[in-house]
Amino acid sequence: MADFFAMGTHGVYIWGSYGVTALFMIGEAFLVVRHKRTLLQRLGRMVRLNSKELE
Amino acid sequence: MAINWFKYSSPATFYPLAGRISPWFAVASAILMVVGLYMSFFVAPTDYKQGEGYRIIFIHVPAAWMSMVIYVVMAGWAAAGMIWRTRLSSMMATSLAPTGAMFTFIALWTGALWGKPMWGTWWVWDARLTSELILLFLYIGFMALESAIDDPRRAARASGLLALVGIVNIPIIYYSVQWWNTLHQGSSIKFDGGGMQSSMTDIMLWTLLIMTLACWFYTIAVVLTRLRSTILERESGSVWVKEMLQEKR
Repeated sequence: MADFFAMGTHGVYIWGSYGVTALFMIGEAFLVVRHKRTLLQRLGRMVRLNSKELE
Repeated sequence: MAINWFKYSSPATFYPLAGRISPWFAVASAILMVVGLYMSFFVAPTDYKQGEGYRIIFIHVPAAWMSMVIYVVMAGWAAAGMIWRTRLSSMMATSLAPTGAMFTFIALWTGALWGKPMWGTWWVWDARLTSELILLFLYIGFMALESAIDDPRRAARASGLLALVGIVNIPIIYYSVQWWNTLHQGSSIKFDGGGMQSSMTDIMLWTLLIMTLACWFYTIAVVLTRLRSTILERESGSVWVKEMLQEKR
């Protein structure tokens, strides 16, 4: 197990690469989904408010 | 069978379509990523020259490929938007830019972490590295210019022009290792004449291709989701958005 994480002498470089890549890709996907969700909620509220005013 | 492609250039028809396809690409990307990562670490053998450090290739090369491909697609959509004045085209370009910039950064970052143990330096002003850094600035410039102009049509035209001018950088990146004999190594995979030639073992090549496909699917899923947000933001005043939101209650 320790051998696996050591990656010879290149552990720092390999995990630094894969770690940052994972962080960016998961982070981007998370932010994109969250942005769409909050946007839909906000626009939905606006539409509901407007339709109540009309009633 | 004639398909009316322009039907899908309408944001109102593309919005639900994008919503239906993006989850499939997200799932496919996740599966390929798990397989690709397993192969990267447990199946692909240790390199006789670079030891374990070469394993960075399985993210470095896909990220670098994506950074170039996304730029070409982005410039293509920007051009389409300028020619046909289709609203969806420029929204497509807008949605691609952040993911392209991210992959460019990943390519540079993993390159630095690969360069340190192999070349003894994080960074050199080598032709390949410098042109890839310029690509990052092009993406950032595109996004900055686009968000600096309030009117979406003018913003799309200005940033589209920048994207089109910047496309000269793509062949420079691609051929830089042939044109200038600087530090960055030549391509491991070449596409010339009789198809694809590789200097890697088959298992390394397959791992690389699976990781690349995973990145492709990831990009499609993320960009389509971002595109839906962009559509909603720009079309929030239109009837179809209001009707859709009413139905959702």
